[in-house]
Amino acid sequence: MSNLIQGRTGEWEVVIGMEVHAQVSSQSKLFSGAPTQFGADPNQNVSLVDAAMPGMLPVINEECVKQAIRTGLGLNAKINCYSVFDRKNYFYADLPQGYQISQFKYPIVGEGAIVIDLKDGSSVEIGVERLHLEQDAGKSMHDQHPSKSYIDLNRSGVALMEIVSKPDLRSAEQAGAYMKKVRSIVRYLGTCDGNMEEGSMRADVNVSVRRPGEELGTRTETKNLNSVRFIMAAIDYEVQRQIELIEDGGEITQETRLFDTNTGATRAMRGKEDAHDYRYFPDPDLLPLEFSQSLVDELAAELPELPDQIRERMVGEYGLSSYDAAVLTEERETAAFYEAAAKDQDKKLVANWMSVELFGALNKAGKSLADSPVSPAQLGGLVALISDGTISGRIAKDVFADMFETGRDAADIIEEKGLKQVSDTGAIEALIDQVLADNQDKVDEYRGGKDKLFGFFVGQTMKLSKGQANPAMVNDLLKSKLG
Amino acid sequence: MSADKAIVDTATVEKIARLARIRLAEERKEPIAQDLNRILSWIEELNEVDTDGVEPLASVTGHSLPLRKDEITDGDVQGKVLANAPEEASGFFVVPKVVE
Repeated sequence: MSNLIQGRTGEWEVVIGMEVHAQVSSQSKLFSGAPTQFGADPNQNVSLVDAAMPGMLPVINEECVKQAIRTGLGLNAKINCYSVFDRKNYFYADLPQGYQISQFKYPIVGEGAIVIDLKDGSSVEIGVERLHLEQDAGKSMHDQHPSKSYIDLNRSGVALMEIVSKPDLRSAEQAGAYMKKVRSIVRYLGTCDGNMEEGSMRADVNVSVRRPGEELGTRTETKNLNSVRFIMAAIDYEVQRQIELIEDGGEITQETRLFDTNTGATRAMRGKEDAHDYRYFPDPDLLPLEFSQSLVDELAAELPELPDQIRERMVGEYGLSSYDAAVLTEERETAAFYEAAAKDQDKKLVANWMSVELFGALNKAGKSLADSPVSPAQLGGLVALISDGTISGRIAKDVFADMFETGRDAADIIEEKGLKQVSDTGAIEALIDQVLADNQDKVDEYRGGKDKLFGFFVGQTMKLSKGQANPAMVNDLLKSKLG
Repeated sequence: MSADKAIVDTATVEKIARLARIRLAEERKEPIAQDLNRILSWIEELNEVDTDGVEPLASVTGHSLPLRKDEITDGDVQGKVLANAPEEASGFFVVPKVVE
């Protein structure tokens, strides 16, 4: 598939690199014992370390280190047993230290790669350059007062993982798929909750355009995008802007831009000419971070199954289509629901019932899987009753609708409504005898060679049984009786 | 780089001062540039040492970073945090508007 963009003067290739900031799931902050919980009163979750009071010293949180290692393993990346924390210096009202503790030259995680899946069914491997640990800054609010900004340091010092991709992305679609994949991986790992609305994940995108095969063009960086939709919209806008500017004889300025969520446009940030002069140097308050390979091995051994592995298992062992497997593994909760429902059941049948009936009903009711009135065990129970012939697939749909409405077990509904499939040869034969007796003329026509009437007899028998006769047995018995 | 090339001019001094948000009186810039140049040329002597293949050193103690458990042991000291704030409102620090 070609990702080239047609301009007025020819084709352009888009080159995108992404920096994803993911908040580490931990109880307390990276260098202080203050809580990380979202939604507290302003400056409530702040220690004197986070407020950068003189004399306070940072002490690193062991769990944050482990979470970064787990994430690195999930990104198939090299884990560096020796890494160093640096000070990234800049001046801003919500950064009380005057520097962010980050990792510059020696990050905790090195090169890796993940595979993204595109709409047309193809897959692309995207390189990961590095992952490093750093502190988040506080939050500034500018709309509370005409001439003042309000500062809340609750986020100050919360651990972030910055995951930097290689410039391997070639379209907005790929960038969106990459973000979704990274989010899916960290959520499976439990290293970040992936909640983009609350700011637990956000991305900066570096975009440039070039003539196919030529040198890289000048890039711009659009910061702080907090949804997949905004990432894609910002890239689309930036690509168009850059192509038009170059085709009109202009030049791209390397700059930081902001995305306006209302207009879908990007604009240059003002007054940041020194913004990239961070004067990094090793933080004298922190020794190098060192751990043994055995810690890495231990964490690797405890790692949960990742979406790609589960998908492979679903296709290979369960025989699901790769489409069904992709749908069922996109969210960690969906895969867990499926696994629980499909335990000891017909895997394909459960996948079908989940992706067609359950998702259909949830969609219609505007509910998420977490609010499903039908539990995994109940869905499995329904499928078990189809598999063992207690009810037909058609009756099962009615039973399912009832389950979704009332939250009751399939077996109870079948019992109460008397929906049990009739698999008793004598009972079915009696039904067939009656159908044949009532339609003697059609029987004669059938025997005279009108084979198509067979379906009519099946339909009449099923109707007479109120849909409860076992269709396979009806078929067999009809054949022998009409034979 | 030899010592006589390590030149910090007043423009560089102004830039460093701006980045550090330090206001310098005009007549202080030239003397500070000279001070910095003297310091830099003294440090330049280190360049005589052959450091090919030597990794930069982040610490000389030989210790590695102590780790703490992931437990909530701090915070909930809003009063102390805001005690030195020039201005506060509803628990926030209040500062001159920084737009963007």
